Amino acid sequence: MLKKLISILIVFILGGVVAFFVFKSEPKLNPNFENQSSFFKNFPFRLGLDLSGGSHLIYKADVSGVKAGEVSTSMDALRDVIERRVNLFGVSEPIVQVQNSGFISGADEKLIVDLPGVTDVEKATTMIGQTPLLEFKTEAPAGTPQKATVGKDGKVTLDTGPQFVDTELTGRYLKKATLEFDQTTSEPKVSLQFDDTGTKLFAQITKDNVGKMVAIYLDGAPISAPVVREEIPNGQAVISGNFTPTEGKQLVGRLNSGALPVPISLLSRQTIGATLGSDAVAAGVKAAIIGFLVIALFFVLWYRLPGLIAVLALCIYITAMLTLFKLLPVTLTAAGIAGFIISIGIAVDANILIFERLKEELRSGHTISEAVSLGFHRAWSSIRDSNISSIISAIILFWFGTPLIKGFALTLGIGVLVSMFSAIMISRIFLSGFVFIGENKVARFLFSSGFSK
Amino acid sequence: MFIVKNKRTFISISAILVLLSVVALFVFPLRIGIDFNGGALTEVVYTNSRPPQADLEGALKALNFGSVLIQPTGELGYIIKSSDLNEAQHNLLLKTLSEDGKSVLEEKSFNSIGPSVGRELTRKAIMAIIFVSLGIILFIAFAFRKVSRPVSSWKYGLMAVISLLHDVIIPIGIFSILSHFYGAEVDTLFVVAALTILGLSVSDTIVIFDRIRENLRGKTEANFSDTVGKSLDQSYLRSIFTSLTVIMVLLSLFFFGPESTKYFALMLCAGMFFGTYSSIFLASPLLVLIEEWQKKK
Repeated sequence: MLKKLISILIVFILGGVVAFFVFKSEPKLNPNFENQSSFFKNFPFRLGLDLSGGSHLIYKADVSGVKAGEVSTSMDALRDVIERRVNLFGVSEPIVQVQNSGFISGADEKLIVDLPGVTDVEKATTMIGQTPLLEFKTEAPAGTPQKATVGKDGKVTLDTGPQFVDTELTGRYLKKATLEFDQTTSEPKVSLQFDDTGTKLFAQITKDNVGKMVAIYLDGAPISAPVVREEIPNGQAVISGNFTPTEGKQLVGRLNSGALPVPISLLSRQTIGATLGSDAVAAGVKAAIIGFLVIALFFVLWYRLPGLIAVLALCIYITAMLTLFKLLPVTLTAAGIAGFIISIGIAVDANILIFERLKEELRSGHTISEAVSLGFHRAWSSIRDSNISSIISAIILFWFGTPLIKGFALTLGIGVLVSMFSAIMISRIFLSGFVFIGENKVARFLFSSGFSK
Repeated sequence: MFIVKNKRTFISISAILVLLSVVALFVFPLRIGIDFNGGALTEVVYTNSRPPQADLEGALKALNFGSVLIQPTGELGYIIKSSDLNEAQHNLLLKTLSEDGKSVLEEKSFNSIGPSVGRELTRKAIMAIIFVSLGIILFIAFAFRKVSRPVSSWKYGLMAVISLLHDVIIPIGIFSILSHFYGAEVDTLFVVAALTILGLSVSDTIVIFDRIRENLRGKTEANFSDTVGKSLDQSYLRSIFTSLTVIMVLLSLFFFGPESTKYFALMLCAGMFFGTYSSIFLASPLLVLIEEWQKKK
């Protein structure tokens, strides 16, 4: 008996701890949330883009120029570059994922970018797609014909292109770019540090071109063409153009994030406004609460004492699930919330199977305590079998899913697993504890169900 | 016993419902949404008052985006369906909708899916349908491997699969009617709903078959049809209740939940309802019917 009471106590304490955690870590429930220790602030519910608002972009990477064996490395490099660029953008918790081509996902190598809170996608896509191309060019040897063209309006334009020729030195060999300010003019300038190969190349170029101009091109346009005075062996160069401090800062950021290893093109985009998302959250919470209340009412009215215990177990189930969502963390989408709400309905199925069995055993003349233990024992095989099919569907859906399907499959799958524990273990512990109320008419009434007396 | 005695009536009801659903599917073909076909969906809401639909339709036609569908939503909003749009076209669309800035609007959502992403999703959906069905069938075969007298175990499995088909086809038929009258479209959630019905409704059938299995082992009744009848009497209530609790939360989700999961909830609801019906009034009566045929041979 003592053992049973201790088990009940342990369940209550554990249930209390998780409930306390959910309450403390949720700003909407806890009025003192701002003053909480950082521990509780670290576990918010993670909302998917459809609930928080934001953008979901799918890019196709053109890997036709990459050798077969190096596709996955260059895709990883692409992800890193995009991630750096997105971070420059100041997005909180962006997600950048590579989706490799395959039998299921199709022939294209894809990059998926989630930007929570960003609805100005035009700005974001330009930012992501821009390839800063940094080139160093030297003066063309004397005698290279310069192209002069006479336009329709009679103006003569001199094509300066051939004036400079490409060198091997590009932004690829850049180690680091920093923004500096000229000490005398306080004009912003960008200082470059090359890596080892770049340093050698730069030393060679400066050595060969003393007294001549070396032009620095950004995205195909010359931004400065300083005259080389002497060989520069330490791999440092400075670009001073007419840029504002903001432009300079952006340029540094872009140079540091590097060029895209492979070209990308936007395949699809999805933007959800913030209001639409918060409406969906509110509606989801409302549906969950109403669904829970209806089930609780049904259980207490139909199954009486065991029903009340099942409701208690269901409360523990719900807090346990919310805690899991916070700790794992599970990204909640509208479909995910739907999965969770459905799992509330499934969670009590095991209780129904057990209680109906219990009633049967009571009718066939067993004592309450025998009936409780037989009820749990005999209902087990059908509980197990009926849950396995839901788990199979959830696992396969998760495996194949787009983020939307995954959210649903994950909450439903976790829900079914956790509910097997809560409905069986927790309600068993509670019910066995109540067996001590004895074997009288009142007790039999409390343990019966339906319209029986 | 009532159910087993009137098995032919109940089986006929199911057959008619399935037939009606198939007819509905032919009469009102499902509308495939942009998830699978590619295309763009823009939802805007105007701050003060929305311009007349006809005005916008004319202006949108002038953009030459191909077929553009515009439908009102809520008090002040419109949903615009078009082929997939790039950034420039998207901006042009918003500019046109705001009548060059005269009508202030907020873009609530924009969803543009290229055809290749749609094809990928279609492929994934088909794979998921195949694998979930296979998984469930294998599971049924496994769950009933031990029952073999007097009806062999694969027949239990077959009946479970037939009732599963019944449970999925009827909600799809209902959806096709919704699709016709309320513009519901087949999207990812539709596929998820169909696959979830597979997982959820088979569990009801299993609860009842489990009882038959137990009673066969206990040899409490004289013949097979009495055993099935008794098993049904013993377990129909819990089978209904386990579905009822799920239907309760689904109805709550339908009436109070987010807009985006409304049809999803409704379809699952129908699936649960017919799933329970089929496990009580279809799968088990079919078993008895099969046993009777076996005896006649």
